[in-house]
Amino acid sequence: MPCVSPDGKPTESRPGMLRDLREGKTSAAAVAAAADMPLYRVRSGLRDLTEADYVSESDGSYSLTEQGTGAVP
Amino acid sequence: MEEQVEQVVSMPRLGEKAPEFEAPTTHGVLKLSDFKGSWLIIFSHPADFTPVCTTEFMAFAQLYPELKKRGVELLGLSVDSVTSHIAWIRNIEEKTGVKIPFPVIADLNKDVSMKFGMVHPGQSKTETVRCVFVIDPNQVIRLILYYPLTTGRNMDEILRVIDALQTTDANKVATPANWRPGDMVIVPPPSTQEMAEERLNQGYECVDWYFCKRKL
Repeated sequence: MPCVSPDGKPTESRPGMLRDLREGKTSAAAVAAAADMPLYRVRSGLRDLTEADYVSESDGSYSLTEQGTGAVP
Repeated sequence: MEEQVEQVVSMPRLGEKAPEFEAPTTHGVLKLSDFKGSWLIIFSHPADFTPVCTTEFMAFAQLYPELKKRGVELLGLSVDSVTSHIAWIRNIEEKTGVKIPFPVIADLNKDVSMKFGMVHPGQSKTETVRCVFVIDPNQVIRLILYYPLTTGRNMDEILRVIDALQTTDANKVATPANWRPGDMVIVPPPSTQEMAEERLNQGYECVDWYFCKRKL
């Protein structure tokens, strides 16, 4: 499922991914394990969130941007 | 004089890396590399809202829990739009109660289906035939099945080959005809005369030096 809706906001079904990143999970595999989601969906979701500037990625390690931090419920 | 140009389509083969793609699906845009580290079955169907395909989707959905236990993801594909896929998936759930849990590629431009050799013009120029590609965690193609438009696939066989491939990888053995989990497996044939002479004394169940089985 796309993690960013057409209006550019994270979809309601994916707040857990941002929360997991805030709690220190930095890899797609760690987020998938924490969220009990298939790895492919987390990779796809993190890509969407990165493109929408909620998340930044460096060498496979993910972190929240300022906008992402503000969007965590 | 009219010139006829025959287009030669290259098709992926066993042992080769599966071709990378990025495609819209019912679960958002997915790349093949998103599945790296998992076994993956990519299967194509001719068209949404058709009866044989509907029975297959229901059967794949029922197979999905067993596949998940084996670390296998499913990814469907046809030359239809995401909107059509969503409508069909909702219709299947509404009419039969079967929820489709896996993503389905909307391959309207045939980009993925051409890369995987899923369109067979002798069957249909516009639809994909019923293909099954089993791709391992390193994204190498390990098994390919093709079924014609008229024949629905056998889920028992798909699960059986997953079990066989995973057993082969884990134990460095081969599996005989009609093998099922729990059956004896085939020990790789000896590669030297010395190994052949030793083979019959190694406690295997042997028909002859080149044909020995063992329990796992």
